[in-house]
Amino acid sequence: MAVFIQTVVAGILMGGIYALIGIGMTLIMGVMKIINLAHGQLMMVAMYITYVLYEYVHLDPYAALLITMPCLFVLGAVLQRYLLNPLIKVDSILPENQVLMTVGIGMVLTELARMIFHSDYKSVRPPYTSMSLYAGSIAFNLPMVIAFGIAVLLTIGLFLFLLKTDVGKSVRATAQNKEAALLLGVNAERITIFTYGLGAALVAAAGTLLLPIYYLFPDLGGAFTLKAFVITILGGLGSTVGAIVGGVVLGVSESLGATYISMALKDAVGMVIFLLVLIFLPGGLKRLTKI
Amino acid sequence: MKALRWQVAVIVAASIIFPLVIRSDYYQHVLILALMWVVIGSSWNLLAGYTGQVSFGHAIFFGIGAYTAGICATKVGMSAWWGMILGGPMAALIGFVIGWVCFRLRGPYFALATIAVGEIFRLVAVVWRSFTGGMQGILLIQSFRSKLPYYYLALFLALACIYAIHAVMRSKWGYYFIAIREDQDAAESMGVNAFRYKSLSLIVSAFFTGMAGAFYMNYMAFIDPEVVFSLHHISIMAILVGIIGGVGTLWGPPLGAFIMVLLQETFRSAFFGLAPRWVSELHVLVFGLLVIFVILYMANGIVGDWTKIQRLWSSKAGGGASAAGKGS
Repeated sequence: MAVFIQTVVAGILMGGIYALIGIGMTLIMGVMKIINLAHGQLMMVAMYITYVLYEYVHLDPYAALLITMPCLFVLGAVLQRYLLNPLIKVDSILPENQVLMTVGIGMVLTELARMIFHSDYKSVRPPYTSMSLYAGSIAFNLPMVIAFGIAVLLTIGLFLFLLKTDVGKSVRATAQNKEAALLLGVNAERITIFTYGLGAALVAAAGTLLLPIYYLFPDLGGAFTLKAFVITILGGLGSTVGAIVGGVVLGVSESLGATYISMALKDAVGMVIFLLVLIFLPGGLKRLTKI
Repeated sequence: MKALRWQVAVIVAASIIFPLVIRSDYYQHVLILALMWVVIGSSWNLLAGYTGQVSFGHAIFFGIGAYTAGICATKVGMSAWWGMILGGPMAALIGFVIGWVCFRLRGPYFALATIAVGEIFRLVAVVWRSFTGGMQGILLIQSFRSKLPYYYLALFLALACIYAIHAVMRSKWGYYFIAIREDQDAAESMGVNAFRYKSLSLIVSAFFTGMAGAFYMNYMAFIDPEVVFSLHHISIMAILVGIIGGVGTLWGPPLGAFIMVLLQETFRSAFFGLAPRWVSELHVLVFGLLVIFVILYMANGIVGDWTKIQRLWSSKAGGGASAAGKGS
């Protein structure tokens, strides 16, 4: 029983970070109607920035959030402005052009990281990463708890932003109906740029929070892109609440899968959930929660 | 097509004569790979370019073909060449099942589902060690030392694949495929059974990709899950071959295959040893940049945007000529 609770706890803590990844993806998906297949790669970039800051400036990874998030916001906005938005005007046979573009972007980011940092594994281990908190016999790994806490704070902040501010409302309006938003005077193009930046900043936060408990190599991006869309499909496209639930569900099921089935098949758990959701609950949890 | 007939004849004749003139194993090897990619790219194009179902999972069929051939040799005790007979149908069968599941989804969702299925196949091939050999892969001994038999086999496969797709697209099926790509709902309202024709497109596509996979097993004599079920090196490469040459065109993917393989080899060998060694690490980066460039400026690929490219050239040449005229 203790093992079971421990597994679920680890899963939920991980789920907080997954939720951050998923929210970024779902925002982009909601507003632009595209799947951002460079999502994990953006996270990888943020992780390398964190790594460099820790290694050379000795900046604490959690303080690095203040740098990685704005950096990735700018990177995301630039990508959207100069590479993705021009495609809307291009006439082509395949509607999936923007998705293919994100694949290209992901490849370039991964290879640039490989050129600069080579393929070896890196990690950031401040002294407190090995500490744990205990509640009875259940251990809470300290960096995971911190990561979970910050992830929750960021998510609350994001919700307040989307619900209360003008820009946030424009983002939601564009996601709901782009034409109507345009008619009502929302600068949809600027909103898409902003949203991609925001999505990138959120996944950057996830990456930075993940680094003290994980390790880093250029190809890590691809695996997390897959996770990101599993979460988004599970939660329902464009649904931020769904992304949070989806993140936690993925975290817990991976954790259970790793404990009870096999460590090697941990990544397959996500894919199987993904297919089951696509087949039996198309539209994801959004169908059940309506938000 | 009639106007193209003599050009096709020239290409076919040239490719038959090529290995008899160029005796270097290396160039023959590059050509063999290019021909194999012609098969994969053209098959992908049948499903994605003509039928509009963008697959990010063609590695599944390639891998199934390759593993069918490999397992024939390691587990069943037959020659791996049986893979050339069984690989295609096996991949088509798996394709049918995958289509049955994934064609409930449309557009980007279908694309995502194919990535997920591809990853599942890769993981299963890694984990199911007793059957697939796991990460150790399957190692065989090549049947021929000379490259010639492989070359002609690859050439035959490529021509058969292009011809089959040409024939399919001229038949009633082809019109249904394009109707589904343009507007599935409209096609269905006209009485086209979209599910059936999407499945047929996938089955033909999977069949040839599986054949290419079985060929790869026999030719390279080594496979492992990370090679044949690779998302980046097979599935995405298939997409690149398609979009660079031109989706929805018969000759686009074959052209794309040659461009991609030559590019890959040029970089992998660091411009045939002329450039510093580190250049060889750039080839994926160059692929990525090429994708970005092609999508931005030639969304329909080289063949699809050929008239646009010609116009650009002639206007430049024309401008140059008129400027020269003024100068005199």
